Amino acid sequence: MALIEIRDLARAYELDSGRVVALDGVSLDIDEGDMVAVMGPSGSGKSTLMNLLGCLDRPTGGLYRLAGVPVETLDKDGLAALRNRRIGFVFQQFNLLPRTDALGNVELPMIYAGVDRRTRREKALRALARVGLSERAHHRPTQLSGGQQQRVAIARALVNDPSLLLADEPTGALDSRTALEILALFQELNREGVTLVLVTHDADVGRHARRVVRFRDGRIVEDRRQEPLDARVALEAMTRETAA
Amino acid sequence: MPLIEAFRSALSAITANALRSGLTMLGIVIGVAAVIAMVAIGSGARNLVDQQIRSLGANLAVITPGNVTQGGARLGAGAASTLTDEDALAIKREIEGVTAAAPFVRGQAQVVQGAQNWSTGVFAIDEDWFVAREWSVAQGREFDPDEIRRGEIVVLLGQTVARNLFGDEDPVDKTVRVRNVPFRVIGVMAPKGQSAFGQDQDDAIFVPLDAGRRRVIGRNYAKDRSVGSVFVKFEREEDIAPGIQRIEALLRQRHRLGADQENDFATRNLTEIANTAAASANTLSWLLAAVAAVSLMVGGIGIMNIMLVSVTERTREIGLRLAVGARPRDILGQFLIEATTLATLGGAVGVAIGVGAAYAVANMAGWPSLVSPEAIAVAVLFSGLVGVFFGFYPARRAAALDPIEALRRE
Repeated sequence: MALIEIRDLARAYELDSGRVVALDGVSLDIDEGDMVAVMGPSGSGKSTLMNLLGCLDRPTGGLYRLAGVPVETLDKDGLAALRNRRIGFVFQQFNLLPRTDALGNVELPMIYAGVDRRTRREKALRALARVGLSERAHHRPTQLSGGQQQRVAIARALVNDPSLLLADEPTGALDSRTALEILALFQELNREGVTLVLVTHDADVGRHARRVVRFRDGRIVEDRRQEPLDARVALEAMTRETAA
Repeated sequence: MPLIEAFRSALSAITANALRSGLTMLGIVIGVAAVIAMVAIGSGARNLVDQQIRSLGANLAVITPGNVTQGGARLGAGAASTLTDEDALAIKREIEGVTAAAPFVRGQAQVVQGAQNWSTGVFAIDEDWFVAREWSVAQGREFDPDEIRRGEIVVLLGQTVARNLFGDEDPVDKTVRVRNVPFRVIGVMAPKGQSAFGQDQDDAIFVPLDAGRRRVIGRNYAKDRSVGSVFVKFEREEDIAPGIQRIEALLRQRHRLGADQENDFATRNLTEIANTAAASANTLSWLLAAVAAVSLMVGGIGIMNIMLVSVTERTREIGLRLAVGARPRDILGQFLIEATTLATLGGAVGVAIGVGAAYAVANMAGWPSLVSPEAIAVAVLFSGLVGVFFGFYPARRAAALDPIEALRRE
């Protein structure tokens, strides 16, 4: 069964200058355990799709089912609950709370899920271990590198065991080596069964996905499966180069 | 979001901008300090007045002889000996609402007992004194009417005098000599403490009116049965003012004063004097209350201002919280609690300063300091309410943010 079912999904904005259609009747299914790159130039509608997939926004037309839940029928609180339980976000700018240590940042979604303190701590530590940051649990974001900050953000996205990990230009603020490390982490998580949707305009990022969906002018213009590049291989090659 | 988490997050936000939070709290701090000081000073002053009235006797007026003019020179008030113990009797008999009219003469004398001697005030009184001053004996007994009528040479000692002449010994039935007259001690007065003017009221002895006039104080008192003053006690406070008017009419008539002549006596409403002091303390209280209200208001606006700034600064944080599953009401609660914590913290600091100020004022004025726990609770509660009231608008703005917009904001 498809985790995500989208039928004729549309999103239009009413502006002073007239009606702008950002997403124009898109239909798309995404299976559980897939790793999909949503690509396209800016203004193509990929960010709008990402907001709709992330339940941050409601469509002006069409249907969206996430794990069987008809999202367009939910109110603000219902959307918040769905985001909390089903979706993990990873942003380009990490969006960590600056005054809170890594552990506290990872605990944040569980606070809104009403998880008790001790369970929160345990699960947050486990999530940090999963992204290889156990030693940095009590560091604040300013004491971490960009790659480490993004790992904390990924741990935060994973901590409620979501159905879907949504990443918006996750490597946009990182150097190429760190970007590869993050992609390697995503591929590892995907192998463990996490469903991933990466929104990016970067073709290099897209090559690491199993499936590429390309947007232009609010419509899907390409949808293909591919043999993904293994980020670990590229990393090893890079390490050899530096050594030589 | 559980309350404790919201509270922890609020504390972290407040301490992250410690200076800004401190300055924001200042208005609340001043307001609450003023409230606490106001209540303490108000009740301190009221207490002082109560104490004065209690020490003097409630619902009391005093009548003193007026001034006399001799050859064009006006002598001071009380110089004339126009007031007699018959005047006092007449007042008691004829004026409605009067429960006691106590004439007395005051003098000074050396009191000798064995090898000890002590200079003290001598009050020549009658039995109404005990009623008017609400003052009785601690040991022995009061004068009986016969002793007063015959002017027997018996004496009641004030506590201070008894202690100085007799030490730990029981003075009752002993003899003391006043101006070489042997007075038999029949009792010791109950302790009265300081008067409103800081005099030790227990440093005195009391003798029957005629005994005092004839044998101790002398002057012309014995000749014309005149007295130094009369304390008039009324049954109820509202009887005092009309009572005094009637007393004045009665005394003018008794002293045969013509319509063109001034009173040859003066009346004072002691309870009213005490109440005037209370009223001015009340005015001070109201002034402080006004300062408190304005200050709390200004403090509240300051909190609203800083919370609006905070919401703008933390727009991305709000966006993130919404993205990971915060409902609008969680955001509303978070910022409301932050504003309330800020205000309550300000209130707590204000309480500390207010209590300090109250103690300082009480110390200077010589009052007992009266900082009631109720006033502290009310002040802290009130500052919290200010936080809720002025924090609501910024918090609602935070809760109404669109997560997509908020996340995109720099």
